[in-house]
Amino acid sequence: MRFRVLTVVLAMALAGCSVGTTSDDQGKRVVLVTHDSFAMSKDVLAAFTRKTGITIDVRKLGDAGALTNQLVLTKGSPIGDVAFGVDNTFASRALDEDVFVPYQVEVNGPAEYNIDNTNRLTAVDLGDVCLNVDPAALSAKGVPEPTSYADLTKPEYKDLLVMEDPATSSPGLAYLLGTIAKFGDGWQDYWRALKANGVQVVSGWEEAYTQAFSGSSGKGPRPIVVSYASSPSAELDDKGNPRTKAVLDTCFRQVEYAGILNNAKHPEDAEKVMDFLLSAEFQSQVPEQMYVYPTRKDVTLPEAWQKAAPLPTAPAELPAKDIQQNRERWISEWRGIVQG
Amino acid sequence: MARHSPGLKPRGLALIALVPLGFLAVFFVWPVVAILRLGLDEGGVLATLGTAEVWRLVGFTVAQAAGATAVAVVAGLPVAFLLARTNLPGLGLIRVIILVPFVLPSVVVGLAFRTLLPDGGVWAIVLANAFFNVAVVARTVAGLWTHLDRRAEDAARALGASRLRTFTNVTLPALAPAIGSAAAVVFLFCATSFGVVLILGGARLRTLETEIYLRTVELLDLSGAAALSLLQLGAVLAALSIGAIMRRRRETALRLRGKAESARRPAGGEWAVVVLAVLVVVLLLVPIVSLVVRSLSTADGWRLDGYRALTGFGYEGSLEISGLDAVRNSLAAATDATLIAVTLGTMASVVLVSLARNKVRYVEVIDTAFMLPLGVSAVTVGFGYLVTLDLLPGDLRTSAALVPLAQALVVTPLVIRIMLPVLRSIDERLRQAAASLGASPWRVWREVDVPMAGRSLLTAAAFGYVVALGEFGATSFLARPDTATLPVAIARLISRPGELNNQMAYAACTLLVLVTVAVVAIVERVRVPVGEF
Repeated sequence: MRFRVLTVVLAMALAGCSVGTTSDDQGKRVVLVTHDSFAMSKDVLAAFTRKTGITIDVRKLGDAGALTNQLVLTKGSPIGDVAFGVDNTFASRALDEDVFVPYQVEVNGPAEYNIDNTNRLTAVDLGDVCLNVDPAALSAKGVPEPTSYADLTKPEYKDLLVMEDPATSSPGLAYLLGTIAKFGDGWQDYWRALKANGVQVVSGWEEAYTQAFSGSSGKGPRPIVVSYASSPSAELDDKGNPRTKAVLDTCFRQVEYAGILNNAKHPEDAEKVMDFLLSAEFQSQVPEQMYVYPTRKDVTLPEAWQKAAPLPTAPAELPAKDIQQNRERWISEWRGIVQG
Repeated sequence: MARHSPGLKPRGLALIALVPLGFLAVFFVWPVVAILRLGLDEGGVLATLGTAEVWRLVGFTVAQAAGATAVAVVAGLPVAFLLARTNLPGLGLIRVIILVPFVLPSVVVGLAFRTLLPDGGVWAIVLANAFFNVAVVARTVAGLWTHLDRRAEDAARALGASRLRTFTNVTLPALAPAIGSAAAVVFLFCATSFGVVLILGGARLRTLETEIYLRTVELLDLSGAAALSLLQLGAVLAALSIGAIMRRRRETALRLRGKAESARRPAGGEWAVVVLAVLVVVLLLVPIVSLVVRSLSTADGWRLDGYRALTGFGYEGSLEISGLDAVRNSLAAATDATLIAVTLGTMASVVLVSLARNKVRYVEVIDTAFMLPLGVSAVTVGFGYLVTLDLLPGDLRTSAALVPLAQALVVTPLVIRIMLPVLRSIDERLRQAAASLGASPWRVWREVDVPMAGRSLLTAAAFGYVVALGEFGATSFLARPDTATLPVAIARLISRPGELNNQMAYAACTLLVLVTVAVVAIVERVRVPVGEF
């Protein structure tokens, strides 16, 4: 009896014990803290390590809001050297709290998205949040594809839109911000009309896109969803043509930034990682790895993207300061209108 | 003075107690107190507690948890009857099936219930929470029911009582302690359930747990989060106290019998209960089967693409590691967590039972302290780690070792709940006999307690393993991309576009179910009654 217990414990231990195997290999390491959507090809990362001797240790800390808040909470004793993924809706909080130190990367493009002139945050990529539509489902209903925010309040689009809750989802928040940028003080009327027209609100992108939207594998009931300009590039049919489309006049721009953390343990190596994030090798992989657009001007988009997901030309934008000051109030007013 | 039990000397006991208490202090109390203090220092905690919104949250949290607990009890009792009192074929399979919901990632269960009950609202939350916990009721109650002396019921029947009257007047009172302590644990799980409430309730139906998450992670409103955490802690302590009182009543000796005597072929009205139990099991299977179906159906009909993809990294490399690596990570982390939790849980149980044998007061306070990690938000603990663990050598905050440690925090209470009743039930006279024959305290443990409790140690290990496999809250917060476990990888896959990612996510769920079934099935062969939970 006792023998059997021992065997089982031993077998379990042999099956995959990892106690004490967290070895620190030699060489320089830089800890890159980022959000859950970070992805980069192993080849590109390995090439960087070969060139510089620096291994990038990636730590993911949730979405952009969770990442920013953890950086603020640990600013005295940071959990990494470089942070990537603080976006324009949270950048002001990070800057106000002195989470980052200045560093300038000399490439053409990112400066266009600078928040202030202190060089503490450098734009790495852009992602536009736009309405996505399922053209096949719409034409089956005999409804034309919508082309603007205002279209969705028309009777023919009743009960067709599903979106994410701005309180719990970053694309949901971006869409709300887009309507505020577009309608100014009239944004509340727009949402009253949307509510009357049967907008469905769910808590996260997963449910909205993969479950409620008809154009994804979930084959849900709603042919219009709030997602990203890049999403159609992942929904290709056998011939490589996109099955869904982004409505380019309903986009809100999310810019993701990187910076070197205050009190970082490896500040010099961190600078090399910053240069790497803006290098042509990294930037050219950004679309396929993270479904976002590079900020560098001299990088071309992959072919599938040129067909399915061109960069929206005139997206809505709001100053980071305004977003920081009003975010919570806007969300609670939105809740009052749509969920009250 | 009462006769001293032949146990460990106070100094030895204190040394043993130091290990689990130290673990609890470093990896739970310190981080949680630190993050609460940050919130309290900001001020405004009292103001938050005074708002009507907060009390609406408390009301909804308690109401949905009470509802889910009621549903779990009502659904669990017929299954408990089936497992305990009948000798029908296929019971082994049912025992295994009802445990599967335990390990399913909450995001997947949330989406499944969303599909099954599109406009469910409160009901969807109640049913999904109950879905996770039917097994706790069924197995805890069955554990006692199996050993209940059937002759009292037979006597009542012979004296002319109907089956119903016999049940309500004889059986139910005897089962009440088991039902009560199971209900307390289920209430705890439901009150702190996170993933399903977030998906099914959105921002409209919020509980303390989801609001603590939002305020901590998205708003960094530590003061508001602290206020809510204190309320949650209060509710948890209340539930644990009720559970402790129920357990104390259960200990008062029941005349227990072996299974062979109490299991019979059902007769008459009992068949109705059997049908009800089977219905419950079928209902539990619906969400599970829907996951398997989704893993197989593609735009081009039924395909195994999702399963083939498990060897890869998802559509365009959505994962940093392959699906199989995630399985390996899961098994490794769960193994480490189980070894840690079984060690700590056994030590804690030994201390608790020794203290109880020597009639030390306040045993229940220590017992309750070990249970607390089940009732505190994973995000509170996780954010607590951020502001404390950098002070330990080696900055554990971003270490891969933190995953099994955090899982062990959740698993240890369950190990204690399984080990403790068995250790307590060991006949004191046996131990005294060994002692008077000259055995040292250690030898008494080695020769009497260990052989008798060995099997439940194995049960505890298996349950711990299953819970650690499915643990998502703390793991998703702490796992690094290269150490992602299966549930973390599933959540990741489901949050990316592309049909293949979705299929792979559901295939991974099916794999998780299979691993669980395998682990539970192996333990079931050893046939140990489950503890008191």
